[in-house]
Amino acid sequence: MPAVSKGDGMRGLAVFISDIRNCKSKEAEIKRINKELANIRSKFKGDRALDGYSKKKYVCKLLFIFLLGHDIDFGHMEAVNLLSSNRYTEKQIGYLFISVLVNSNSELIRLINNAIKNDLASRNPTFMGLALHCIANVGSREMAEAFAGEIPRILVAGDTMDSVKQSAALCLLRLYRTSPDLVPMGDWTSRVVHLLNDQHLGVVTAATSLITTLAQKNPEEFKTSVSLAVSRLSRIVTSASTDLQDYTYYFVPAPWLSVKLLRLLQCYPPPEDPAVRGRLTECLEAILNKAQEPPKSKKVQHSNAKNAVLFEAISLVIHHDSEPNLLVRACNQLGQFLQHRETNLRYLALESMCTLASSEFSHEAVKTHIETVINALKTERDVSVRQRAVDLLYAMCDRSNAQQIVAEMLSYLETADYSIREEIVLKVAILAEKYAVDYTWYVDTILNLIRIAGDYVSEEVWYRVIQIVINRDDVQGYAAKTVFEALQASACHENLVKVGGYILGEFGNLIAGDPRSSPLTQFHLLHSKFHLCSVPTRALLLSTYIKFVNLFPEVKGTIQDVLRSDSQLKNADVELQQRAVEYLRLSTVASTDILATVLEEMPPFPERESSILAKLKKKKGPSTVTDLEEAKRERSADVNGGPEPAPASTSAVSTPSPSADLLGLGAAPPAPAGPPPSSGGLLVDVFSDSPSAAAPLAPGSEDNFARFVCKNNGVLFENQLLQIGLKSEFRQNLGRMFIFYGNKTSTQFLNFTPTLICSDDLQANLSLQTKPVDPAVDGGAQVQQAVNIECVSDFTEAPVLNIQFRYGGTFQNVSVKLPITLNKFFQPTEMASQDFFQRWKQLSNPQQEVQSIFKAKHPMDTEVTKAKIIGFGSALLEEVDPNPANFVGAGIIHTRTAQIGCLLRLEPNLQAQMYRLTLRTSRETVSQRLCELLSEQF
Amino acid sequence: MIGGLFIYNHKGEVLISRVYRDDIGRNAVDAFRVNVIHARQQVRSPVTNIARTSFFHVKRSNIWLAAVTKQNVNAAMVFEFLYKMCDVMAAYFGKISEENIKNNFVLIYELLDEILDFGYPQNSETGALKTFITQQGIKSQHQTKEEQSQITSQVTGQIGWRWEGIKYRRNELFLDVLESVNLLMSPQGQVLSAHVSGRVVMKSYLSGMPECKFGMNDKIVIEKQGKGTADETSKSGKQSIAIDDCTFHQCVRLSKFDSERSISFIPPDREFELMRYRTTKDIILPFRVIPLVREVGHTKLEVKVVIKSNFKPSLLAQKIEVRIPTPLNTSGVQVICMKGKAKYKASENAIVWKIKRMAGMKESQISAEIELLPTNDKKKWARPPISMNFEVPFAPSGLKVRYLKVFEPKLNYSDHDVIKWVRYIGRSGIYETRC
Repeated sequence: MPAVSKGDGMRGLAVFISDIRNCKSKEAEIKRINKELANIRSKFKGDRALDGYSKKKYVCKLLFIFLLGHDIDFGHMEAVNLLSSNRYTEKQIGYLFISVLVNSNSELIRLINNAIKNDLASRNPTFMGLALHCIANVGSREMAEAFAGEIPRILVAGDTMDSVKQSAALCLLRLYRTSPDLVPMGDWTSRVVHLLNDQHLGVVTAATSLITTLAQKNPEEFKTSVSLAVSRLSRIVTSASTDLQDYTYYFVPAPWLSVKLLRLLQCYPPPEDPAVRGRLTECLEAILNKAQEPPKSKKVQHSNAKNAVLFEAISLVIHHDSEPNLLVRACNQLGQFLQHRETNLRYLALESMCTLASSEFSHEAVKTHIETVINALKTERDVSVRQRAVDLLYAMCDRSNAQQIVAEMLSYLETADYSIREEIVLKVAILAEKYAVDYTWYVDTILNLIRIAGDYVSEEVWYRVIQIVINRDDVQGYAAKTVFEALQASACHENLVKVGGYILGEFGNLIAGDPRSSPLTQFHLLHSKFHLCSVPTRALLLSTYIKFVNLFPEVKGTIQDVLRSDSQLKNADVELQQRAVEYLRLSTVASTDILATVLEEMPPFPERESSILAKLKKKKGPSTVTDLEEAKRERSADVNGGPEPAPASTSAVSTPSPSADLLGLGAAPPAPAGPPPSSGGLLVDVFSDSPSAAAPLAPGSEDNFARFVCKNNGVLFENQLLQIGLKSEFRQNLGRMFIFYGNKTSTQFLNFTPTLICSDDLQANLSLQTKPVDPAVDGGAQVQQAVNIECVSDFTEAPVLNIQFRYGGTFQNVSVKLPITLNKFFQPTEMASQDFFQRWKQLSNPQQEVQSIFKAKHPMDTEVTKAKIIGFGSALLEEVDPNPANFVGAGIIHTRTAQIGCLLRLEPNLQAQMYRLTLRTSRETVSQRLCELLSEQF
Repeated sequence: MIGGLFIYNHKGEVLISRVYRDDIGRNAVDAFRVNVIHARQQVRSPVTNIARTSFFHVKRSNIWLAAVTKQNVNAAMVFEFLYKMCDVMAAYFGKISEENIKNNFVLIYELLDEILDFGYPQNSETGALKTFITQQGIKSQHQTKEEQSQITSQVTGQIGWRWEGIKYRRNELFLDVLESVNLLMSPQGQVLSAHVSGRVVMKSYLSGMPECKFGMNDKIVIEKQGKGTADETSKSGKQSIAIDDCTFHQCVRLSKFDSERSISFIPPDREFELMRYRTTKDIILPFRVIPLVREVGHTKLEVKVVIKSNFKPSLLAQKIEVRIPTPLNTSGVQVICMKGKAKYKASENAIVWKIKRMAGMKESQISAEIELLPTNDKKKWARPPISMNFEVPFAPSGLKVRYLKVFEPKLNYSDHDVIKWVRYIGRSGIYETRC
C-alpha cells in the first residue's frame, strides 16, 4: 500500500465530524447536516471543476452523512469520477462510496463497470485489489454478470501477483455464492485446483475456500483436489512450527488452512489410491498425536487453534468412517475433553461423540464413556451441554445398557430444564420400547415417566403404551395390576388416569380375582378421579365404565346410576352427554351377548412406525434424528421387530372426531357386526355414522360432481378437516387440472397421499398424469397438485380421487369423484341455420340420436339455461330453430383418436315444466353420455 | 394513578426521579430511555406501553417529562397534570431547561411532594403553592403561627386558590385574549381546514373576596338575551360567535354555567387562565398567501409568493415571517423582496422572509430563483406547504369581551372603581398554504 501522503488529513471532514459529535440534540444534528449538504450541492453544481482532493473530501462527507442514516441522492457521479483518479486514496474513497451506496442506475453502472474493467486490466496490484474488493462487496447479480468471466482468468493467469490472486479467489467465491449460475465452469477449474500447490499460503487458504464451495456443487470437476489437499496437509502437519513463519499462530502451523483443507476433504469419500490414503491416515494420526503433546503455550489461543484442527480432523474421520483404529483413537481423545474445564470443549466433545456413536466401529468405544456422560448430565451447569449429554446417551444406547441409561434419564428428568423435558420424555419412551426385553420393565418405566413428567407426556406416548399392552398378552395382567396400584396415589397425573382407565377397562378382569382390586374397588378408584379430569379423559372414562358393565355384571347398577346422574346426562359438553345417553341405553337395552360382542376386547394393533419416533423427528428437524435412527435400526436388528410403516390398506379408518376415541367404535371392524335384532332402531342409530373401512364416496360429492359438469373451478369437497378445490382448463383433447388440498385444522397431516383411481375401462380411454405431493401438510396450509389429462377416446365413467392421510394419530380416507367428463373436451362450432339442419339430417341414423324427456329440477329461466349450455361446452346457436323458445347447440368432441361432431336441441315446455333433449352425434356412446350429463343440469 | 415521574435531559440522563408507588421499579427509568428517547425510530405517540407499564411524556425544548403508571389511568388527566407541572415550574424558575432544573432540583422535589400525593394530583395552583413553597429557604421566622394555620385552612378549604385579607390600594384587572389561528389552504385559496384555539388570561389585583362575572359575545348567551328584544338580536347576532368547546379554570362555578351560561367566579390573586376555547366558524384570516411555483427545466425553479393582509388598515401586524420550503437538491438561491428581509437558510431547507410590521389591507411580494442539482432519484419533490408566523392586535375568532363585573359586598368598592384593561392578541398557530 502506498504511503499516505501529507495532504490526506482532510481537515474539513474532521471539523464536520467533530461538529456533528458536539451536537446537543437530534435537531441540531439535522440542521448541521442540511447546511453541509447545501454546501456540497453548491460545490458540485458544476460551474467550477473541483480538484481531486476536494472531491474526495466531499464524497467522504456524503458517505459519513449516509452512514449516519440520512438519504443521499446525489454525488454518485463525483464518486465515479474518483475511480478514474490515479491516486490511491482518491480511488479508495471512490470505491468505498460505490460499495456502500450502490445504485442500480443503468447509466452509472456502465461507468462503474468501465472503471473497474480498466483497473482490472491495469498491472497495478493495488488497483486490481481495490476493484476486486468492490466487486465482492457489492456482490450483486449485475456485477456477477459483468465480471464472472473475467475473474477466473485473473485467478489462474501466471503473472498475477499473490495478493491479487487471493482477492480474486475470494471475490469469485462471493459471486458464486450469490449467483452460482453465472459463474462458468471451464478449463480454469483444473488450474484453480493447482493453486493448492502455490508457494504463498494466503493464496492457498483463499483457494481452498473457493474450491470447497465449488466442490460441493460439482464434486466430479474437482476430484483431483483430494490428492493435492492431502499432500498440502501433510506438509503443514509435518512442518515444524517455525517453518511457516507468518502462518504459524501460537505455535500451531497454519490452523485456518488446515481446517479448510480438512473441510474440503469432507466433500469426498476416502481416497481410493492407497498411497494418498496412507498419507492422509498419517496426517490424521499426526494431528491426533500432536493433540496429545503437552501444550507449547498457556495462552488460550494456542489450545483453541490446536483443538479446532483436532475437531475438524475428527469430523473427517467420522465422515470417512472407514478406519476403526482412528475412530477409536478419536473417541478416546474426545473422552478426555469430556471432563475438560472449558464448557465449549465439553459441548463439542459430546456433539462429536454423538456422531461417533452411530459408527459401528466406534460404538463400543463410545460406550466406555457412559459413566462420564451420566456424570456430566448430573453435574453440568450449562443447559446446552446437558442437552448434548442427553443426545449422546440416546445415541449410545443399546440393549446392554438400555436399563441403566433409561434409569439415569428418568432420574435426570426430575431436575431437567423445562425446555428439553418433552424431548427427554420422548427419548425415554422410545428407548424403553425399543430395548425392552422384559415388558414389565417397560410398563414400569412408562408409568414412572408419567408420574415424573406427566405434563410433558404427549398423546403419542401413552397411545403407544396401550398399543403395546394390547398387543402383548403376557404383560396385560401385570399392567393392570401396576396401573391399579399407581392410581391409588392421592394425586396422579391425568395421563395416568387415561392409561389407567383404558387398561382397566380392557383388562380389569385379570385382577378382579384379588379382593383388594375387586370390580367395585376398581370402579370407585377410577370414579374418584373422574371429576378432576378434562373432558376427553372423562369421555374415555365413560367408555371404561361401559366396558366394566360388560366385564363385571355385578357393578352394572352402580354404573347405570352414575350414567343416569344429571351431571352426565345433562352435561354441557355434547360428547359427554352423548356418550352417557348412548351407554346408558346400551346397558339397559342390550342383552349380555350383544354387550359382549359390542364391547369385545380390542384386537391387536397393526405394527407400524412408532408414532413417538415420528414426533421426535418432527421436533428435532428431519435430518439429525433420521440419520441416527437409520444407523441404529441397521445395527441393532431390533428385538421388537423393527418398526415398519404400515401398508395403508391395513390401517383402520377412524372417526374424524379429534377426541381421544380409544374405544374405537368406528375403528374396530368386528365390533358393529350387523345391527343386533333385539336392540331395535337405537343401536342402528348409534353406529350408523361410523364409516366403513372401504371409504365410500364422501356424502355430497355426487352433488358437487354434477355442479362441475358446466363449470371448471370451485370447491369440490369439504369436511371439518379438509377442503378440496379445483381449477381446470381444457383445450381440444388435452386438459390440466389443479387440485388444491387445504388443511382446515391447526395440526399437520402426515402421510398425505392422494391417488387417482381409474377403472380399467377408463384407463384405456383417459390418460391422467400427476406428480406426488408432499406427504406432510401443515395446519392451515394448502398444497397443490397438477393433473395432466388427455382424452384418448370417449369415456363414460369419471376417475375417483382417493385421499389418505393421518390426522392426530388416526387414519383418514376420503374418496371423491373427480369431475372430468366427456363434455370438457367440447369445442364449440358456429354454424348457420341451413348448415345445422343439413347436418342434423345427416345424423338421422337411429343409433346416433338419443332423446330424453324429463321434468325440470330448477326454475325454467332462459338466461340460466343458455349459460348452462355454453358452460357445457357447445356453441349456442341463435335463430336457428324456427321456435325461438328452443335452444340449439353444436360442437365437436376432441379425443386423440377421433373427433366427434355433436348437435343438440333442447325444447322446454313451460306449462308442463318439462324438457325434451335431443342429441345427435356420430357415435352412439357419446350421444348417450352427453345426454345423461346434460339432462342432469336442468 | 401516577406511579412515578421522571425528568430527562436530551441525552436521556435522569435529572429528576420521583417514585410514588411500589409497583414502579428502578428499571422503569431505563425502559423509557431505551424505548423512547433513544429509540431508533422517533416515537411520535405521547403514550408508550412498555412491559405493561404506561409512560406519558411531554417534551419541553430538550427536556422530557414522563409520568409512569401500571394502572389504567385517565390519560387526559395525566397530561393535564404534566402541563400544569410545566406551568408551575415555569412560574418558579422561568424557562424549563436542563440548567434550571439542575439548579432547582431541591425545589422541584419539594413541589413534586406537594402537588402529587401517592400519585393523586393535589393543588397545583401556582399562587397558592408560592405561599408555602419558596425558594428562599426556611421562612419560619417571618411566618407567624397564625399565618401558617391560615395557609393550612386555605389549602384544605373550599376556595383553595384565594385567601382572605388581600388588600390593594388600586383595584385593577387585566384581561388578555390570546388566540392562535391555524389554517391549511389549497394553492387556489380554498380553505381546507381552519380553527382558532384561544385562551382568556386574567391578571387581577383586587381586594377582598370579589365575585366576578365575565361576559363575551357567545352566540348562545346573546340569543338567549335577544329573545326579549328582537331587533337587538339581529344587530348583535352578527357579531356573536359560536364556541365549539371550552374549559374553565377551577374557580368558575360550572353549575351556574350549565344552567345560565354565565361565567361567575372568585378569581385567584394575580395571573391565571380563566378559560380555554376553540372555534371553527367564521374565522377572520389575517393573511392570505398566494404562491406561484414554476419549474424551469430540471435545474431551476421560480417561486413567487404574494401575501395580503386582510384586516382594518388602522391595525398593524407584527413579527411576520414567511417560510418557503426549498427542494432537497437546492444548490443556490437568489431572492428579491419588496419589503422586509429574506434569506435562504440551508440548515432548514427553506427561504425565510421576515417583515417587522405591516398594516391592514396591504400586499407584499417576494420572488426567488432556485437552482437545482440534477439527482439520480426520480422522486418528485413533495412540495411541503408554505408556512407563516405573525402577531395581530385582534382576535381572529371574533371574540369580544362584553363585560367583566366585580362585586365585593364586604369591602366598599364598586364595579365602577375597578380599573379594567382588555387586550387582544392573535398569533399564528400552524398557518400553512400549499404550493
